[in-house]
Amino acid sequence: MEKMKKALSNCYLSLIVLFMYAPIATLVVLSFNSGRSRAKWSGFTTDWYLEMLADDTIMAALRNTLIIAFLSALIATILGTLAAIGINNMKSWSRNTVMSITNIPMLNADIVTGISLMLCFIAFKISLGFHTILIAHITFNLPYVILSVMPKVRQSSKDTYEAALDLGATPIQAFFKVVLPELMPGVTSGFMLAFTMSLDDFIITHFTRGAGIDTISTLVYSQVRKGISPTMYALSTVIFLTVFIVLMIGNYAPEWLSRRKK
Amino acid sequence: MKSKSSRYLAMPYIIWIVGFIVIPLLTIVYYGFTDPNHAFTLGNLAEILVWENYRPLYRAMLLAASCTAICFLLAFPLAMILREHKVGRGSIIVFIFILPMWMNSLLRILAWQTLLERKGVINGMLTALHLPEQHLINTTAAVLIGMVYDFLPFMILPLYNALMKIDDNTVNAAYDLGASFWQTLTKIILPLSVPGIVSGVTMVFVPALTTFAISNMLGGGKIYLIGNVIEQEFMQDSDWNQGSGLSLVLMIFVIVSMLFVNHFDDKSDTRRGGIM
Repeated sequence: MEKMKKALSNCYLSLIVLFMYAPIATLVVLSFNSGRSRAKWSGFTTDWYLEMLADDTIMAALRNTLIIAFLSALIATILGTLAAIGINNMKSWSRNTVMSITNIPMLNADIVTGISLMLCFIAFKISLGFHTILIAHITFNLPYVILSVMPKVRQSSKDTYEAALDLGATPIQAFFKVVLPELMPGVTSGFMLAFTMSLDDFIITHFTRGAGIDTISTLVYSQVRKGISPTMYALSTVIFLTVFIVLMIGNYAPEWLSRRKK
Repeated sequence: MKSKSSRYLAMPYIIWIVGFIVIPLLTIVYYGFTDPNHAFTLGNLAEILVWENYRPLYRAMLLAASCTAICFLLAFPLAMILREHKVGRGSIIVFIFILPMWMNSLLRILAWQTLLERKGVINGMLTALHLPEQHLINTTAAVLIGMVYDFLPFMILPLYNALMKIDDNTVNAAYDLGASFWQTLTKIILPLSVPGIVSGVTMVFVPALTTFAISNMLGGGKIYLIGNVIEQEFMQDSDWNQGSGLSLVLMIFVIVSMLFVNHFDDKSDTRRGGIM
């Protein structure tokens, strides 16, 4: 009976894994298929990868995606970390107000956030382009940073900061040498979260980008109407692999490092 | 850092959220309640009562509800199994189930398009087996599969977090007192996992209700949802007033459904499993 139960549950886990990964595996396989057909295997090739590397639109989209993800995560992390410290020291009334506004982008549907930003940019005559995507991404990244850093700010003691000042540190020194290291785990996870959120976003980018600039998501969306080229499969494979490696490092490296230190 | 002056560290942030959260929301409210001549009107909101707008909203509600239900039915047994096997937070198995959450969702929809297309992978396999080709893409089922596939990890994670927090002793006590598996499930485990269920349902229902990319890519423009209507108002028809009005209606629907779902969660916010 126990054995049967175990087999059944393993079977269930495998089915879900199959459902989740079979489509991704299909893309990986097709990226090496020399024919354009999706139904027939016509031999192994890496041509699609070379074609992808030579394709200016794909490379520009990839570059945009990475730059926007990095910059928006960085700026959101700086603004958000400072904000978390500040908010924690506010009176409860203003703290609650700020936190409610902070939650709006997380509660609101992405389509509404995207449209509201687009309308606002156009109403105030800000032309759409790289910078508007960046502003939008920073905006939806901020709540994630604050929610990651806030618990660390609450746990941290105010005494260490004051001790540093008493021992002759300037406030800036005390911030970088005492306060920030204490918050660091929250800051890094906030940055990682913001980075991945930005990489993955489609809806908000779709509304806040102008003509002529693409990220990976918007490029895929526009390709779908024209018919998908196998270079897209090569691109997907590269992205899936990168996400996998980055997450592996992000998830397991801290644990592994701390084990080594011991 | 408890000094009063550290409050001002939040200043740049406050300026940012006023500029890019509060003002944009006021802009959309302004457009929603005015006509192209800047005169006050409720006509944009009333547009939802028109058949062409009401129908996609109804269809989106139905699809999002089905998607949420299917995700729950798939994810709950999975989370139960992980709990029973005592699979820990950092384990590779949990990593495998949560990983797709971080992969570009458009690429994952693209994968399903490749599978379901008329000359796609599934039909290719059917032909190879001398079976008749199936009409898979551009159907409601295709859109539903895409939604379930896209949002399933967002149900798995909070359910897993909630179930792992339930004390074994509580469950064992129920068994010792003579409860059957079914009774333990409905009287102990389900009530204790409500916070996880609530956040899972919100994380699946809201994006499913408002999507336009999935319905466009797998529905081929035939499965028209409220998200598609709004997207068209802005990107093709450039009717901002009507688009804003419909967005406000959608916002109300999202808020109401979230209040409804949160109503089941009795203020246990602190225990809720968040994102990764």
